[in-house]
Order: sequence, then structure tokens, then C-alpha cells
Amino acid sequence: MKVIIMGCGRTGAMLATMLDAEGHSVTILDINEYSFRRLPPDFKGTALVGDGTDDETLIKAGIKQADAFVAVTQGDNRNIMAAQIAKHIFKIPRVLLRIYDPGRRELYNSLGLEAFSPTTIFAQLLKDNLLGKTRLE
Amino acid sequence: MYIIIVGGGKIGYHLAKALLAEGHELLVIEKDRNRIEFISGELGSVCMLGDGCETAVLAEAGTNRADMLIAVTGDDEDNLVACQLAKHKFKVPRTIARLSNPKNETLFHLLGIDVTVSSTDVIMENIEQEVPTHVLTHLLTIRDRGIEIVEVKIPPDAKSTGKKVKDLDLPPGSALAIVIRSDQRPQMVTQDTVIQAGDQIIALTPTDTEEQLKIALQGDNK
Repeated sequence: MKVIIMGCGRTGAMLATMLDAEGHSVTILDINEYSFRRLPPDFKGTALVGDGTDDETLIKAGIKQADAFVAVTQGDNRNIMAAQIAKHIFKIPRVLLRIYDPGRRELYNSLGLEAFSPTTIFAQLLKDNLLGKTRLE
Repeated sequence: MYIIIVGGGKIGYHLAKALLAEGHELLVIEKDRNRIEFISGELGSVCMLGDGCETAVLAEAGTNRADMLIAVTGDDEDNLVACQLAKHKFKVPRTIARLSNPKNETLFHLLGIDVTVSSTDVIMENIEQEVPTHVLTHLLTIRDRGIEIVEVKIPPDAKSTGKKVKDLDLPPGSALAIVIRSDQRPQMVTQDTVIQAGDQIIALTPTDTEEQLKIALQGDNK
């Protein structure tokens, strides 16, 4: 599978590393080259400096051949805009994104994006662990 | 009409000023406390502190009864999200977004934003400064319609001073909307308004007759 990841923070870098290790073709974007320090030395994918809300950058990243696009920058709105460009302009089959704000996440899910809110997921996880329903590390 | 403006920068402020002068009910949502203080000082209590991209903030602002939401922050993605929330969650009939990157126009229209306005930031930065040589300032461009909203400052030697609006040779399709005079509240321009030196006039004009409007008000640059 060819995956484009926007945002090489901890989450983006870890996802890129995991997918790369499983043999998928990964291109990771970040506006700051320094973020790529988070990738392991044996990373076989492509790390590209650029803005994922810019269509020229996306084309350079090979979005026309991509099977999936994942937006995990720190900015909810940046993720939302990039995800919608991938979905509506480039017609990428799978578009996943992070939206911290649960309210916004709910709206964009209803608009057909696969949006995840770490806020909701993590709060739920903490609650379940606290009340002894599950035990995860 | 109840109009919500997201973003209280220079554009948000001038827009608020013009729309208030037209008698609309208005709310400016802005994150920066200093901007809120400035706008409140100039225009009265028309501001709300908060992020216009958050559902809770928009709910508190009464967005569900708004007739229009105009997002004019400096970030295209924020303007997009504010407009989409307004449209889909609060069913606001008309949403307008400012664009910094004109390339985003296609996407915004595809996503149902009614109007996008591409602003020329460099000129914008000069608006609040008194630039006597700068007679005509672009405030907004309404791309769909090919219309510009401009501010015209009437210099002392302008050939329009002392004339009534109905006697001016205005290009077809253009209209003078609001006149701002020192020590006065902004006023609507009527056919009998007499142009005075120092007037700041907010006008609408088709893009291609902008120069004619400038000549009608200021006189040609001889």
C-alpha cells in the first residue's frame, strides 16, 4: 500500500516507521526538516519537506498514486483541510486524520472523513483503566 | 441581518465597521484579547473572545440564528473550518471565507463555501495607516461577481469636493456605500451627500471600472 503521511511528529513518525517496517511504501511530509530526526536510520520511505495543504507538494509526494492519506499535524484545521484536499480533489480511497477537538471530529466524521480524536480515545482509555475494565500500557 | 465575523484583524475590523454602519447586528469572534480591546474601544461591545473554529464558541455566539458568517482570519484552513462548522452544524445560510492562497478557491467552492474573497495582504497592511498618496485601497475582492470593495480617501484638491453624489460621473455598476468623516459616525451615502475633502468612502465597484471610479472621485492624475 502507498501511504502519504502529513506531519512527522511523534505519531506521524511512529506510524511511518511501523508501516515502513511492514513493507509499505511511505512518504512522510513535514514543513520542518528537523522533524525527520524522529525517523529511524533504516527508514526506507521518502521524507519530504513541504506543506500538505499545498497541491503541488502533494503531487510531488505522489498523491496521484496513493492508496491512503493520513493527516497528523498538530493543527486540527490543517489536518481537516489537507484531508479534504486528498479526499475531494485527489479522490484518495482512504483518508484518515487526527482532530483533537471532539466537536469538530464529530462533524467531519459525519461529512465522510475517518477522523479520530485522541482526546476522546485517551480519556476513555484512562477511565477504563481507572475503573479496572481493561489494562493497557 | 445577524452577521458573525470570525477574525478581528484589520479586515475583520473594517468589515465590522462598515456592516455596523449599514445597521446590521454583528459579532466579531477573536482569539486575541488585545484585538478585542481595540475593536471594543472603537466600535462598542461587538466582540466575543474565543476560537471561531470551536463548536462550543460558535454555539455560544448564537450561530444557529446567524444569517451569515464571514471568516477573515489570516489562515485559510481556519477560515475553511469556521465556514464548514457554520454551514453544516449551525445551518447558516451564507458563508464567506477570506483566502490568502488563491489556489484554495476551487477546494472551498467544492466544499460548499458560498463566497471566497481573495485579499491582497500587502495593501491590507497599509489600510489603517494614513497614507495620503494612497487614494484607493482594496478592501475585498468578491471573485464570483468581479466586484471590489474599496476605500477611497478624498484628497483636498479632488475635483469631486463640494459636489453632490448624483452629480458625479460614477462608472455604471459602482456605488458609494459609506462615508466616514473625522469626529462623526459613519454615514450611509445618499444621492444628496456632498463630497468633502478628507472623506473616507467605502465603495463597491466592478473590477474593470475601478480606475474610472478613482477618476470620478479624485480627478485624473495630471
